[in-house]
Amino acid sequence: MKRSNTILGIAAVMVVSLIAFPTLERKVSAGPPTAEVKIDNFSYSPATLTVKAGTQVTWTNHDDMPHTVTSEDQSFKSKALDTDEKFSFTPSKPGTYTYYCSIHPKMTGKLVVE
Amino acid sequence: MQKNSEAILFDHNHDGIDRRGFLKCMAWAGTGALCVLQGGVLKSYSLSDPSHAKKAAAGDLSFVQISDSHMGFNKPANPDVAATLQAAVQKINALSVPPEFILHTGDISHLSKPGEFDNVDQILKSARTQDVFFVPGEHDVLEDDGKQYRERYGKNTKGAGWYSFDKKGVHFIGLVNVMNLKAGGLGSLGTEQLEWLEDDTKHLSKSTPLVVFAHIPLWTIYPEWGWGTEDSAQALAYLRRFGSVTVLNGHIHQTMQKVEGNVTFHTAASPAFPQPHPGAAPSAGPMKVPPEQLRSLLGVTDVNHVHGSHALAVIDSTLE
Repeated sequence: MKRSNTILGIAAVMVVSLIAFPTLERKVSAGPPTAEVKIDNFSYSPATLTVKAGTQVTWTNHDDMPHTVTSEDQSFKSKALDTDEKFSFTPSKPGTYTYYCSIHPKMTGKLVVE
Repeated sequence: MQKNSEAILFDHNHDGIDRRGFLKCMAWAGTGALCVLQGGVLKSYSLSDPSHAKKAAAGDLSFVQISDSHMGFNKPANPDVAATLQAAVQKINALSVPPEFILHTGDISHLSKPGEFDNVDQILKSARTQDVFFVPGEHDVLEDDGKQYRERYGKNTKGAGWYSFDKKGVHFIGLVNVMNLKAGGLGSLGTEQLEWLEDDTKHLSKSTPLVVFAHIPLWTIYPEWGWGTEDSAQALAYLRRFGSVTVLNGHIHQTMQKVEGNVTFHTAASPAFPQPHPGAAPSAGPMKVPPEQLRSLLGVTDVNHVHGSHALAVIDSTLE
């Protein structure tokens, strides 16, 4: 058999395995579940985010002004995030966490943890 | 700008002040007019009118308000807020009547960084007057509850940085309404500060002109964007008996004024970046404009008090 055919053959088997065993791929790239909140135009979106406990939630500031992510019950609080800076929090306890921007307190959001 | 004079036409409060005429005069202020109240008669002069110097010399007290320098901001519409702050200082230095001192109504820095405060201090060193009084904005008290702000600018102040002082018979009160902001809320003065304010003004005669300065407006301009102070009504109640109260604020990066009884409210433009009119944009953030328009939307405020007159003359000028 020609060498290129062998290579093609091996490639085909690999592709077929990946299609047939997609779970294999997921196990290889496993990590904690993640979720995102975008900050822009003086608002959080989604305004209400629902996640399972243990999910790493990351807020990214896309606005041209700095903002914070400050929970009302003090369970999480970011430093002032300038444009493109991020803050992550992984809630372990279920509950509803209301949060806001301590610089612009009219900005509010809700994190619902199941 | 023509020379113009307005006699008292409407004296509803029977105190010799034509408020409607005063408001009209303040509306001209955006073009660089000086309104001076002398013995109840309003006169307006162009800032470039040479007789202004003589008239203003009859004024006993002259100072400047600047606000929202946001040192550290570097995005559209202004990538160089240091240059526009320099231009603002040059504008102040070019006033025909030199101001005795400067009031900075907060958001000195953009991110409370030491270098940002240092830069503002450096630029203000070239102002004709080195007497500068500050109150903090919410951008000045990030991370440390205002500890750095107070170390730099809050010597001899109380609580979060409030204080008062007197200049030529006018009583100045610096208030802090940017601490402990609650979710969904507006600016806040707090009980301790309100009690101090009541005590501070208790023994003053009602003919003492008052100037109250704070970062966030002490009147409700647009609550949706947080442009107001939750408990300012209580503060204003303590000041109601005074014949002349001038409230100077910043935070909204545009000039706005309102006259209510004996109280004149005024907000200053920023020398850093403009913000949209209430509700005119999806949010309150920096307004992007073509570079050639920028300086016409940035500015400083000149304030003059003529001894014996009730209201202070408040004049806004743009950088260009």
